[in-house]
Amino acid sequence: MAELTYREAVAVAIAQEMARDDSVVLLGEDVAAAGGVFKTTVGLLEKFGPERVLDTPISEQAILGAAMGAAMTGLRPIAEIMFSDFLAVCWDLVANQIAKTRYMTNGQVGIPLVIRSANGGGARFGAQHSQSVESWAMAIPGLKVVAPSTPYDVIGLFASAVRDDDPVLFFEQKSLYALRGEVPNGEIVEPLGSAKVLRHGKDATVVALAAMVHRALEAAELLAAEGIEVTVIDVRSLVPLDTTTILNSVVETGRLVTVEENPRLCGWGAEVASIAVEECFFDLDGPIVRVTTPHVPLAAADSLEDLALPSTARIIEGVKKALR
Amino acid sequence: MLESRNLSETLGGAPADVEVRLALYRSMLEMRAFEKRANDLFLQGLVKGTSHLGNGQEAIAAAYGQAMRPGDYSFATYRGHNHTLSRGVPMAPVMSELMGRAGGLMGGKGGSMHLTSVEHGMLGCYAIVGAHLTIANGAAFSAKYRHSDAVTVCFFGDGATNIGAFHEALNLAAVWKLPIIFVCENNLYMEYTPIAAAIAVEHPAADRAAAYGLQRIIVDGNDADEMLEIASVTIERARSGEGPSIVEAMTYRHGGHSRADPGTYRPDAELQEWLARDPIPQYRARLEAAGVDLATLEAIENAAVVAVDAATEEAKASPLPDPSLIERDVFADGGAKWRN
Repeated sequence: MAELTYREAVAVAIAQEMARDDSVVLLGEDVAAAGGVFKTTVGLLEKFGPERVLDTPISEQAILGAAMGAAMTGLRPIAEIMFSDFLAVCWDLVANQIAKTRYMTNGQVGIPLVIRSANGGGARFGAQHSQSVESWAMAIPGLKVVAPSTPYDVIGLFASAVRDDDPVLFFEQKSLYALRGEVPNGEIVEPLGSAKVLRHGKDATVVALAAMVHRALEAAELLAAEGIEVTVIDVRSLVPLDTTTILNSVVETGRLVTVEENPRLCGWGAEVASIAVEECFFDLDGPIVRVTTPHVPLAAADSLEDLALPSTARIIEGVKKALR
Repeated sequence: MLESRNLSETLGGAPADVEVRLALYRSMLEMRAFEKRANDLFLQGLVKGTSHLGNGQEAIAAAYGQAMRPGDYSFATYRGHNHTLSRGVPMAPVMSELMGRAGGLMGGKGGSMHLTSVEHGMLGCYAIVGAHLTIANGAAFSAKYRHSDAVTVCFFGDGATNIGAFHEALNLAAVWKLPIIFVCENNLYMEYTPIAAAIAVEHPAADRAAAYGLQRIIVDGNDADEMLEIASVTIERARSGEGPSIVEAMTYRHGGHSRADPGTYRPDAELQEWLARDPIPQYRARLEAAGVDLATLEAIENAAVVAVDAATEEAKASPLPDPSLIERDVFADGGAKWRN
C-alpha cells in the first residue's frame, strides 16, 4: 500500500501498461523530456525511451491522427491532449475519424487507443482551459468516456482503457491532480462501465463524476448531520454507463440528484435523468434535480469560478429540493 | 505546359519492363471502365448519394499501385475508387458498396467516400479534407516502430494543401522521418474553384516542400511511365529509411467535382487540352510504339469491360444489407451497447 497523488497515479498507470505491453506508446506535447505540463508523465521517458515516449509539435490533429493510424496498424497508443478544451482543435479526428471508422468499415478496422486529457475547472485558468467536456465526447457513438475521481481509479480505469479495443477518452480532472489516496501494490485493473457506490443512504441517490464526487461526499456528510441519509454513486464511466447500479439505487431511494461540473445543457446528468424517468418513473417520489455549472463559460476570477461550479452548498440545496 | 520535372538527379531511367507496363495499362483501363459504369449506374438511380470520379487521373493511383508491395499501406480521399482498385481490391464489392448492397466492401456502411480493405493494405478513403494525412503518419510511425519495412502512400488533392492538417502532418512526418509518401494529385480545381485563385504559390504541394525540408517534386501525373518511376524512387527512399517525400502530380479530372457538378466552370480550351492528354490513349500509343502487339492491347481492353460487366451484375444481384447491421460494429464487441 502506498499513498499517491492523482497526478502520480497517472504516471504509475501509464507505466503499468507500457511495462506490460510493447505495443503501448505515449505521445503528446511535452510528455517526454518535460514530464508533462501537469507533471503527469514524469520518469516515463527515462523508463521507456524515446521510441515509446514521444514529444510532438503543438499539432493536436497530427497527434490524434498519428495515434489513430498507429492504432489501426497494431499499436495501442496513448495520446495526450494537454487541456481537454484543445480537443476542439482536433475534434474531426475524435468525432469523424476515430469514433466512426470501425462502424464505417464494417468492423474491419479497430482503433484501440486512449486519449488522455486534463479536464475541468477550479484552477482559475479561464474559459478556454477549464471546461468539462465529457458530454461532448458522450454524444458521439463509438467512443468510450471515462473520468476517474481517485488515484486508485486513475490506475485501474486507465488499465482497462488501454486494454480496451475501442477508443477511450480518459478525462483527468485537473483540480484533482494534488488529491492523495491509498493505492495497493501490484497490478490494478478496474472494469469500464461499473459505477461505484461510495456511501449508502435511504433518502436520495446522488450521482456524481470526477471532482464532483468529492463534493457530493462532503454534502452527504453535512446532510447526515441534519438527519438526511443519501447514497453517493461515482459514475466513473459515462460510456459504457452503469445504469443498473444507478437505477437500483433510485428504486430504493425514490429520489435522484445528479452533480455535474459541465454547463447545464445536454450534460451527462440529463441522459441519466431521462433514463430514470423512462425506466423507473413510478419509483420516483419527487422531481429529479440536476446540480450543474450554469450554462455559462467559466470566468477566470477565483470568486466567480467558485460561484459557477457546483458547490457543496448547492448540492445540499439540490438534495433538499429533490426531497420536497 | 508543365513545370520542369526538377528530378533530373533521380529520374530518367529506362522504362519498366513490359509486363509491369501492361499491368499498369490494365489497371488504368479497369479504373476507367469502373468509373464510367459508376456514372451510368448513377444515372439509372442504382448508385445513390454522392460519388467523386477519378476519370483522367488514373495514372497516379495505378503507378503507385504497381510500385507498392503487399503489406504497404494506402490512404486516399473521397475520390478514391481508383486507389482502392489499384491495390487489387476486386471490383464487385466496390461496386456493391456504391450501390448500398450487402455485398459491399463494407457491407454498405461506408459508401463511395470511405472505401477500405485492410487485407489489401487499403486503409481507407477519407472524406474530411486533409484529415487522413495525419492518420497516414500513424501507420508509417507504426511500421517504423514495429521494424516492418512497410511504406505508406497517402494521396490527396490540391485543395487539401490549404487545410491545417496538411501542415501538421507534413511537419510531423519530416520531424519523425517517417516512411511515407504524400502524393498530391493537382487537378487544378479545389471543388469548383481554380486552385490558382485559392493559393499563394503556383504549386500547392511542391512549392511548400521546402517548408518541411523536403525536395520539390513536380511530375506529369498523366504520364504513367513517369509516375511509375517517381513512385518507385519515392517508395525506395521511404523503405530504405530516408524519410518522407512529397510529390505533386499534375493531372485533370475529366468530369466535375462530384455527381452534382457538371464542371461547366472550366474553360473549354483547357478541357480539350487535357482531354488530349488523357493518360490512357497516351499510354496505349507508347506501348504500341514499344512493340506491344494490338491483339495484346485489345485483349486487355476487352477484359476490363468484361470485368466491369461481371462486377455490375454481381452488385445488382446482391441483396440489401440486413437491418441488423445498423447496430453492428459500433464497438469492438460487435454491437452498439453503451449501457447495461
